[in-house]
Amino acid sequence: MAKQYETVIGLEVHVELATKTKIFCGCSTAFGGAPNTHTCPVCTGMPGSLPVLNRKVLEYAIAVGLATNCDITRYCKFDRKNYFYPDNPQNYQISQLYLPICRNGHVEIEGKDGKKNVGIHEIHMEEDAGKLIHDDWADRTLVDYNRSGVPLIEIVSEPDMRSAEEVIAYLEKLRMLIQYLGVSDCKLQEGSMRADVNLSVREAGASEYGTRTEMKNLNSFRAISHAIAGERERQIDLLESGRKVVQETRRWDDNKEVSYPMRSKEDAQDYRYFPDPDLTPVRVDDAFLQEIRDRQPEFREEKMARYAEEFGLPAYDIEILTGEKALADLFEQTTAICGKPKQVSNWLMGETLRLCREKNVDASDLCFGPENLAKLIDLVEQKAINGSVAKEVFEVMFEENIDPVSYVEEKGLKTVGDEGLLRKTVEEVLQNNPQSVSDYKGGKQKALGFLVGQTMKAMKGKADPAMVNQLLKEFLG
Amino acid sequence: MANIISDETIEYVSILAKLDLSEEQKEAAKRDMGRMLDYIDKLNELDTEGVEPMSHVFPVQNVFREDVVTNGDDSERLLSNAPEEQDNMFVVPRTFE
Repeated sequence: MAKQYETVIGLEVHVELATKTKIFCGCSTAFGGAPNTHTCPVCTGMPGSLPVLNRKVLEYAIAVGLATNCDITRYCKFDRKNYFYPDNPQNYQISQLYLPICRNGHVEIEGKDGKKNVGIHEIHMEEDAGKLIHDDWADRTLVDYNRSGVPLIEIVSEPDMRSAEEVIAYLEKLRMLIQYLGVSDCKLQEGSMRADVNLSVREAGASEYGTRTEMKNLNSFRAISHAIAGERERQIDLLESGRKVVQETRRWDDNKEVSYPMRSKEDAQDYRYFPDPDLTPVRVDDAFLQEIRDRQPEFREEKMARYAEEFGLPAYDIEILTGEKALADLFEQTTAICGKPKQVSNWLMGETLRLCREKNVDASDLCFGPENLAKLIDLVEQKAINGSVAKEVFEVMFEENIDPVSYVEEKGLKTVGDEGLLRKTVEEVLQNNPQSVSDYKGGKQKALGFLVGQTMKAMKGKADPAMVNQLLKEFLG
Repeated sequence: MANIISDETIEYVSILAKLDLSEEQKEAAKRDMGRMLDYIDKLNELDTEGVEPMSHVFPVQNVFREDVVTNGDDSERLLSNAPEEQDNMFVVPRTFE
């Protein structure tokens, strides 16, 4: 019988913190500025410049540590990680090796056989590097330091995961916790969340870990799944043919779906860490810790329980609404205004997410606010507009955040409440469609739908379909 | 000198430091490093039981800044230090992983 192998996976997750300024200087972290316009002597590594820690970075790192059940290090320091690469102008990255801010945590995930814990080895604070742009034409490289010094936390897990599914569940869990904390938007595609996968295989039942490799450049859940499957297979093939797995860093090529070794053995990483003498140690006192603890938000699980209890929403709705912090916020704000939780939920799960997919908009980037969604729901509720007009109005609102009340007024989209006019129209429609009338009378229910459609068309869509239905039935007796 | 630095060590250290040393410089660096390690050995004779490792020369802690943007676009001045620039970026030799 062929040998059975177990995959052992640990993750290093980098999260870009949503602070206004960089970790050690007062430069903006705004994305998309012209090259090098968000830089200063500190983040470009000019001699003599001095870094000063952004208090918000410390607060955010501690908040994530508390949310992941970590011990908070009461006396922590920063260290220099030395390496030469042009994206790093100081020739060292300020990070934390000896006394990281958080240690010994865990998060609970839904595994194959029920709930399981994934251990968090540590969380440390560090700075991001600049961006290299390769000019193939001139065969040289250009450097933009806008990202240099943007604050990151690195969350290092224990090797507790055994499958791609568990890895995705763990990442989803982290993303939810961090999004709910408002500490980062955690978008893999945009690089505000990056995951490096450490993977080894061992024979089922073995107690020792195998030799692991580290995989980089994974920027979607799909890439992560595929890379894990590919690397598991590659390592098993090596072992089966009597060769050894080499400890190395590999780069995943998402287009070709293969990985390549990134650094050769001769270039073994020796970062010569030492405490950064430019930064003072950080002491976290009880009051500061309590302040952060008091500010912790309602997390997803608590929100889910409350939505069931307070709004009586179906589990399916709750799952989707709370799966994106921005959606949950919009739901709560809109419901607070109009008091119709199920209608709000329907608009968000239905039309909103449909348009998000269609127009490739992230739920956190929606342009319309709760006031306008509440107004639209009220318009439908008061039968001022019918369902299909409401969808049209919503589509405009989704694009331009218009006020639905004045938009409906301006465009004359209000349902015609004039029963006399509606009766007259119904009569005309019946006269013009004798075939459908006799079909209906002959028992063809479908003919009624056609007649409703014809009436709506004659009313330019501005009739209440329920009323049209009722009138038609009355006439057809 | 109690500490003798091998050729392999000095070559490894110069690779890490991105230094291209001549034979003469290598020999000098080996002597210097040996002496430094001797000095460390001397320091190690001290009993430091119960003494916290020092990370800063002054007894200061918790020096923070608030999360407020204070810097504007200073790229012109910063790029004036660049040996060469293109499209408001620093030009470096072709670099890739």
